[in-house]
Amino acid sequence: MAEVPTGYTVLHERPKAFYDTFERKGDLQGQTHYCPGCGHGLAHKMIARAIDELGIQDRVVAVSPVGCAVFTYYYFDTGNVQAAHGRAPAVATAVKRSRPEAIVFSYQGDGDLAAIGTAEILHAANRGENITVFFVNNAVYGMTGGQMAPTTMLGQKTTTSPLGRDAFNEGYPLHVCELLAALEAPVYLERVALGNAKQVMAASRAIKKALTNQVKGLGFSLVEILSPCPTIWKMNPAKAQERVREEMVKVFPPGVYRDRTAEAQTRPAPPPPPRLEELPRLLDLEAHDFTPAADFQPGALDLRIKVAGFGGQGVLMLGEVLAEAGLLLNLDVSWLPSYGPEMRSGTSNCHVRISNRTIASPLVARPTMLLAMNEPSLRKFVADVDKGGWVLYNARSLPADVKAPEGVHVMCVPFTELADTLGEPRAGNIVMLGALLEASGILSREAIDRALEIHVRSARWLELDRRALELGRDAARKELAYACV
Amino acid sequence: MTQANVQPDRGYVTINAEECKGCGLCVEACVPRVLALAAHLNHQGYHPAEYAGSGCNGCGLCFHCCPEPGAITVYKLARVAAA
Repeated sequence: MAEVPTGYTVLHERPKAFYDTFERKGDLQGQTHYCPGCGHGLAHKMIARAIDELGIQDRVVAVSPVGCAVFTYYYFDTGNVQAAHGRAPAVATAVKRSRPEAIVFSYQGDGDLAAIGTAEILHAANRGENITVFFVNNAVYGMTGGQMAPTTMLGQKTTTSPLGRDAFNEGYPLHVCELLAALEAPVYLERVALGNAKQVMAASRAIKKALTNQVKGLGFSLVEILSPCPTIWKMNPAKAQERVREEMVKVFPPGVYRDRTAEAQTRPAPPPPPRLEELPRLLDLEAHDFTPAADFQPGALDLRIKVAGFGGQGVLMLGEVLAEAGLLLNLDVSWLPSYGPEMRSGTSNCHVRISNRTIASPLVARPTMLLAMNEPSLRKFVADVDKGGWVLYNARSLPADVKAPEGVHVMCVPFTELADTLGEPRAGNIVMLGALLEASGILSREAIDRALEIHVRSARWLELDRRALELGRDAARKELAYACV
Repeated sequence: MTQANVQPDRGYVTINAEECKGCGLCVEACVPRVLALAAHLNHQGYHPAEYAGSGCNGCGLCFHCCPEPGAITVYKLARVAAA
């Protein structure tokens, strides 16, 4: 390098926000991996300069994309996170919210931001996240070899639009700034170009402003950078630059699409996340004050219960109470609901397993207990009940043409009708639960009572359900006595 | 010396030839047109940019238009008290 004559001082030099050496390559540790004349190098440099000027290097976290700029983390001597394709705004959101003092920017190409990541950028912008997004638009997929991008211009030839992009076949180029400007939350949206020195200087100012906004806590800022891709465009760098300033700017007019930085207020810091030890209380997962009776000895217990009926009969709730009681008794439980999209009147069933051994599968294919709230459910599952198991059916008797398998106990009680006597047919499920407990002798009464308290919040319903439970137990006792005669 | 009364250039440029990829964007940006691509190749096989050695006005546009982090350094003439 030539000797600098005396009397001169440095005006512009390699920004400090870059690493001194780029470790990626064996030699050439001062160079980026970008092609000669690539806009990425320029964008990187402008960002690095802005970081230097704002004095924020130790606070910056860069989120790099998938695409040519995937190696961003080799260059910026800042915090770095590499995100899955298109997800950088979501990752940046997480970083910013968990480290509010960090200055977080995502750096994304058009394939990343405007194709696979369209949802992420829209929603991050719509939430007004206090992050900065640098969107490098070169109207093509560069790294993968020149396929059509969402931002490919009409008539532009790519490997996947070899005849030129046609609006009727491939749609129109996506205008990200215009799209985001339709949202309420973004504070600053500007499109700049890298078509000549003047445009580069304007881009540099926009980039610095977008980072400054975040330092001030104003909210979401995005700078779209129209950028040359000489290699894929098959042009020399000067020609590619010319294409940016002559062609691209006509399709993607540079300019400020949103600037509310003057009136924007500093966004409040996100509320601190709850402490880990608070989560059980917040999520209502606190251990319930219950100790199984000392003499509770479940032995080799493997209850496989299927509760089936139609939606609204309390099928799932019945299963939950059973599973909760199992939990209170320190047993392993699983509860697997299965129902159609209807909230009421569709078929609904749940699989409950309660065991003193580890449960491998929550599915109940061979129930030891079938609780059939209606006839279709009975018909569908009765043949599956295991030998020695129970069928509880919500009627006075089985239909004439239905037979339970050999060795299966059957109890037919009109549970819903019994619940009617309480003035609440919807308590039929609990009447059935009472009968099940009485008939099978499983689970302790205390555990069921406590489980009911946990799941039934209304005092009126709790009182009703307690009576329903007793009604079921009485009915079962009568049935059992009758059966013994 | 005959140049004793000539004002020194306001700026000066150095180019790290081994970091230059010869894209020529600095040549495009240079207002006084004192940058050019060299006839020789660097060890990567690019024609690196070269400063003519005089005529730089220190505008810095070559630096801003160079995609490489540190290939170009621009200097300015330090203000010296009038002699």
